[in-house]
Amino acid sequence: MIQKLFLRREAGILLMIILFCAFVGIMRPRFLTLDQFRIILLLVPLILIGAMGQMLVITARHVDLSIGSIQGLAAMLTALMFKFHPEIPWGLGFVVAIGVGIILGLVNGVLITAFGLPAIIVTLGTLSLYRGLTFIVSNAKQIDRQFVPAALKAMSQDSPSYAVPWIIVIAIAVALAAYWFANHTIIGRQVYALGSNPVAAPLRGIRVNAVTILVFAISGALAGLSGILYASRWGFVNPSNTGTGFEFQVIAAVVIGGVSINGGIGSIPGVILGVFLLGCVSAALPLLGIPGTAQAAIYGAVIVMALLIDRSVRIRANSALSGLQRGHA
Amino acid sequence: MPDGTLQHPVICATGISKSFAGIEVLRDVDLDLQRGEIHALLGENGAGKSTFAKILAGVHRPTRGTIDVNGSQADISSPIAAQRLGITLIHQEPLSFPDLSVAENLVLGRIGGSPLSGVPWKQMVRDAEALMQLLGVAIEVSRPMRGLSIADQQMVEIARALASDSRLIIMDEPTAPLTPKEVETLFTIARRLRDEGRTIVFISHRLEEVRALCDRVTIFRDGNKVITDTIENLTDGDIIRFMIGRPLKEYLKKQDVTIGDIALEVEGLSKPGYFVDINFKVRRGEIVGLGGLVGAGRTDVARALFGIAPAMEGTIRIHGKPVTIHDPSTAIDLGLAFVPEDRAVAGIFRTLSIETNITAAVPNKISAGGIINFFKEHGLAREAVQKLSIRLASLRQPIGELSGGNQQKVILARWLLTDPDILILDEPTRGIDIGVKAEFYDMIGELAAHGRAILLISSELPELLALCDRVLVMSEGRITADIPRAEATQETIMHAAVPRSIEGRAA
Repeated sequence: MIQKLFLRREAGILLMIILFCAFVGIMRPRFLTLDQFRIILLLVPLILIGAMGQMLVITARHVDLSIGSIQGLAAMLTALMFKFHPEIPWGLGFVVAIGVGIILGLVNGVLITAFGLPAIIVTLGTLSLYRGLTFIVSNAKQIDRQFVPAALKAMSQDSPSYAVPWIIVIAIAVALAAYWFANHTIIGRQVYALGSNPVAAPLRGIRVNAVTILVFAISGALAGLSGILYASRWGFVNPSNTGTGFEFQVIAAVVIGGVSINGGIGSIPGVILGVFLLGCVSAALPLLGIPGTAQAAIYGAVIVMALLIDRSVRIRANSALSGLQRGHA
Repeated sequence: MPDGTLQHPVICATGISKSFAGIEVLRDVDLDLQRGEIHALLGENGAGKSTFAKILAGVHRPTRGTIDVNGSQADISSPIAAQRLGITLIHQEPLSFPDLSVAENLVLGRIGGSPLSGVPWKQMVRDAEALMQLLGVAIEVSRPMRGLSIADQQMVEIARALASDSRLIIMDEPTAPLTPKEVETLFTIARRLRDEGRTIVFISHRLEEVRALCDRVTIFRDGNKVITDTIENLTDGDIIRFMIGRPLKEYLKKQDVTIGDIALEVEGLSKPGYFVDINFKVRRGEIVGLGGLVGAGRTDVARALFGIAPAMEGTIRIHGKPVTIHDPSTAIDLGLAFVPEDRAVAGIFRTLSIETNITAAVPNKISAGGIINFFKEHGLAREAVQKLSIRLASLRQPIGELSGGNQQKVILARWLLTDPDILILDEPTRGIDIGVKAEFYDMIGELAAHGRAILLISSELPELLALCDRVLVMSEGRITADIPRAEATQETIMHAAVPRSIEGRAA
């Protein structure tokens, strides 16, 4: 019954995407071209990668607000390495970015479990802390295009091919791995169990602290990965822009994708669709002549709408089910 | 059957004691549980039977005493340790993962292998289906737990116990939320498990069920084990006497009060699944007790009267006039006040000051046009604190810092400010120490003396006997007795409170 509801939920997002694209396509026929599709495909990988981690965190009934700052700090440290040690093979940048992300994510997870602090407060604090560190290590200066390796930049353009650059391949690989982790590993199912009933979880032998730290480490790792891909996609790293507002886009996508803020419920396909819907919205705004300054407002409206939908679905599901239970009793 | 388990009981508990925050709730309990028996634990609420069961299941650790499992001493340090020893506790409302499938709920935390190893979905579903078939219940194992009836959730828990091959299955009041048919199914399965040589501990208030199902009973009273015997050796009368046999606390004198007109009259009040056909009257100056076991529906009646969860059928009359009460503010306007049972959840605003808590129900008395007059608030609160002798450091102190008894007084003060004609008190003295209790009894008596009608819900028999002019007794959603003060004894109340007939249960 719930699963059917999810199918409907995912189908609902798909329908929203189709309706939205049809609408924009009628207004601006250019929206429905392959070129435009490629623009959307290039817009979504960073959000998608971040969303896979965030989805696990929210499913475990936590939240990670610090991913934008992790993206910024990981990108900045990697770019600094490119600038001051150009002799180091650029591919190691991935190791550095992901490694930094894991460490920052572990800090979040350990603070939350060791001191029993709420994730929303801890990651709000580290959001500011990690951003501040980015300013300190960079001396508040941008790393410009000439320092970012050309091969890295090509990964977002025409390597290995113009149609499907690496950045898209990486995003797809991350999504597949996340799907496997969430649905086909024991620890992945424990993430759902923890979010579904945190009281029962330890009684059933789930190591709650280990699972919690793990999801924050994964979220951090993926935010770090998105950091070096930011440098690839945009060709520069800026201490105040890189990653700012990233958590907002990611959480919006996750919630639109049907992941319940109350934990325990969420599907990877749903989140992917949620990411696509946001990608379509951001690609369409400039075409529709809506100024970039209004984007934040649109995102905000979309996340609030998604929350309202989530709530009404939950209420309907619960009332339908409790009706069922009464009938039984 | 392996040797060695034959001569030893499954459980041999010796000298088990347990204290919570310095209060001893279990004293020196010795108990053996044999292979292949269904063993009932009986006792009043708070007698210690559930605490004992939870110690066996690793939820609590005993303060003193040892437990041997299959003849060797065991340290049951956690529910997981208990499960490894073959002990499973089935909660009345099972703890599950509502968003996961039934099959996953069965094996969660039990599948071996590294955390990254794959989930054997197909095998899991096959095993789960086999277990369901074994139990003879039709539950689709790939559906989520959410939405299963409580009976089905219990079946899943039993299946889980079988999946880990538990030798001891403890059921804590499993039948309370079940329909008669579901109870029959449960009993059939319980008997079959016993015949396989498993041991079942069955906690229940229903003598009829205990008689129908159990081989031996152990009765607890005030934290002590009173007796263990086979069920045939005990009559219902014996059991009830053993359950309540504590020396009676001295009776309080109720003040002589002239009983006046009918203040509250209830006729045919019903709410399916909670209570059926409730009729009673409370007059001015009268204290009417509402006794019965926990879960008999007493609180539901009170909540219906106060408009929190209104009844579906029936009439409520206040001072002779029929009224409809759909929400608490209507009830307050009609002169009702309700001191709820669980003050931590429903009564206090923990972080707010004492004065704010006292004046919370009378916003109009302390404000003009929505602007609070703090001077007035302070004055009203100080008056109430003096009248009820509430012990505190400052009126501005958060109420959470007060003792339980003083918190309860603050709530009483709040409702007295509304100047109610009709006062409903739900377990007003639970968790309050003896000294403050006596003060409370005086206060309740005085309130009645001033012409208020009082409905007192209490599980403490001496309290009902001491204070009430009449005692109504509820059992399974119905009023089963209306006992005048002169005839009320612990026995008459308990006889009416203990459900005996499975057929007689509320639908």
